[in-house]
Amino acid sequence: MSITDKLSGRDAPRAPAAIGWRERLQEALPKIVLAPSFAVTLIFVYGFIVWTVYLSFTGSKMFPSYDIVGWQSYQRLWTWTFETDPPSSWYTAVVNMGIFGSLYISICIALGLLIAILLDQKIRGEGILRPIYLYPMALSFIVTGTAWKWFLDPGIGLEQTMHAIGWESFHFDWIKNKDFVIYTVVIAGVWQASGFVMAMFLAGLRGIDGEIMKAAQIDGASTAQLYRRIIIPLLRPVFLSAFIVLAHMAIKSYDLVVALTSGGPGGAAELPSTFMYSYTFSRNQMAVGSASAVIMLMTISAIIVPYLYSELKEKAR
Amino acid sequence: MSASASSGTAGGSIVTRVVIYGLLGLFAVIYLAPLFVMLITSFKSLDEIYSGNMLALPRNPSLDAWGKAWGSACVGLTCEGIKGYFWNSIKMVVPAVAISTCLGALNGYVLTKWRFRGHKLVFALMLFSCFIPFQSVLLPMATVLGHFGEIGRQLQDSIGTSLGFGNPTVNLVFVHTIYGLGFTTLFFRNYYEAFPTELVKAAQVDGASFFQIFWRILIPNSTPIIVVTVIYQFTNIWNDFLFGASYASGESMPMTVALNNVVNTSTGVVEYNVNMAAAVIAALPTLLVYVLAGRYFVRGLMAGAVKG
Repeated sequence: MSITDKLSGRDAPRAPAAIGWRERLQEALPKIVLAPSFAVTLIFVYGFIVWTVYLSFTGSKMFPSYDIVGWQSYQRLWTWTFETDPPSSWYTAVVNMGIFGSLYISICIALGLLIAILLDQKIRGEGILRPIYLYPMALSFIVTGTAWKWFLDPGIGLEQTMHAIGWESFHFDWIKNKDFVIYTVVIAGVWQASGFVMAMFLAGLRGIDGEIMKAAQIDGASTAQLYRRIIIPLLRPVFLSAFIVLAHMAIKSYDLVVALTSGGPGGAAELPSTFMYSYTFSRNQMAVGSASAVIMLMTISAIIVPYLYSELKEKAR
Repeated sequence: MSASASSGTAGGSIVTRVVIYGLLGLFAVIYLAPLFVMLITSFKSLDEIYSGNMLALPRNPSLDAWGKAWGSACVGLTCEGIKGYFWNSIKMVVPAVAISTCLGALNGYVLTKWRFRGHKLVFALMLFSCFIPFQSVLLPMATVLGHFGEIGRQLQDSIGTSLGFGNPTVNLVFVHTIYGLGFTTLFFRNYYEAFPTELVKAAQVDGASFFQIFWRILIPNSTPIIVVTVIYQFTNIWNDFLFGASYASGESMPMTVALNNVVNTSTGVVEYNVNMAAAVIAALPTLLVYVLAGRYFVRGLMAGAVKG
């Protein structure tokens, strides 16, 4: 029922209108309750996205300007993507995103699956172990970054400790090395998120019908075969969910890089998220910053939209 | 995740069992190590840190670093510790969690029990908003919050109070409420979807109103999902860095931003023990929630991961 219907209802004869008006209010109430949230989402999510897209086509530098200049910012990003000598910070960001994203996702999934399978062997003390693998997920990325920054600092952390216990040749300075600093982000990221992936796989394993496994065992399948041929293929939906969640976390990663590396030596740990932030707020290149934000949004949408679409559709069936 | 029976084979020789327990134990040690090192380091003196082994227990455990982190560590130019920022975070988290949870409950109720044409589209649009990279709304929001600041100043001049306009904590509550709505709506919608509609219909026939049904029938049956939502929102908002770093500065920074400043503004000797104590303090609220209600925390994560 639209507002115009409600208003026109008032023109009706008096006595029944009083009831009709109330009923109509009652009928419209659910929509009135939902409206503010929906309006806020439309404005502050979708409206703002349009605004950002608009800004990316302007020549905004230190302050937003609203004169369209066209694809300039995207052209610059495109040129920078191939500027390898010396690498532009966008090139570094894109390459790092590739390295970080692929390693983070694959290691988290591999480790999560491994621990889930191990935990699923009727382990005593599972109730104690499971929360241990999962607690990093409750921490802020800033806390994780602070802890690992210390841990990986060659002068004071792991390297010095190894020297102190007699392993003199131990050398681990990735966090100070511009070629390897992005891998330290992978380490800390995996530490934080792999327990969560484990929980997803464990839930998936517990959902598998025990009869299938019994049948396979009766047919003489070995444990390894059982997992490779039957259980892991049955977990395909969990792989998909884990991939989606991790990919979207990887693209959004910002806090961890900032806290762990502060951008890395010479900006070597740049990611699209840090690139966006520095171009928008400190390098006075708002249009370029907005263009990079739009690219991030498109990448995430390319992953999330088909997934949500299929999930919602499946639900409707 | 309930502790239902393992699907694993549980067979195998003693050797296999030993290997399995060994691996699980090793992983547990690796996962615990950073927290352990953070904790013991926060009880050490600086000399001990610079000379010693990071895995060794503190020789003379002391709370000095904790006291300093709480009360006198330097955040940027002011050296009053992180206590003020801790309270900033609390003042930001409590209203933001409360408002977004209440709205989420109402939205979930409408979207499942009072469906209208287009309810799916509304839900899909709200759901997608959970996943956008916040970078794509960061700058417009900064502009809008800047205008709020101006409104606040004008109100201050004309009526003597800014009504909260332009206050950084109010701004962050506003921002977190908006960008949390998608998740809270998702949680309640999925929960109420499974709630028997017949009960709602029966109450309607008996003449119960929209809010009576919500308040008397749904809310008393919503305790688990309320706990899940509150924990999820609490953890997310407490741990947020991007919005805090973008929209609050100086005295109004939330805890995470202040912690990052403590760690990165060390002039001269880096006081690792103070940094670690500050990090543990920043982590305590969410860790505490995790220890007390881990089950609900996991449920929230899973509900946020397995959509629809």
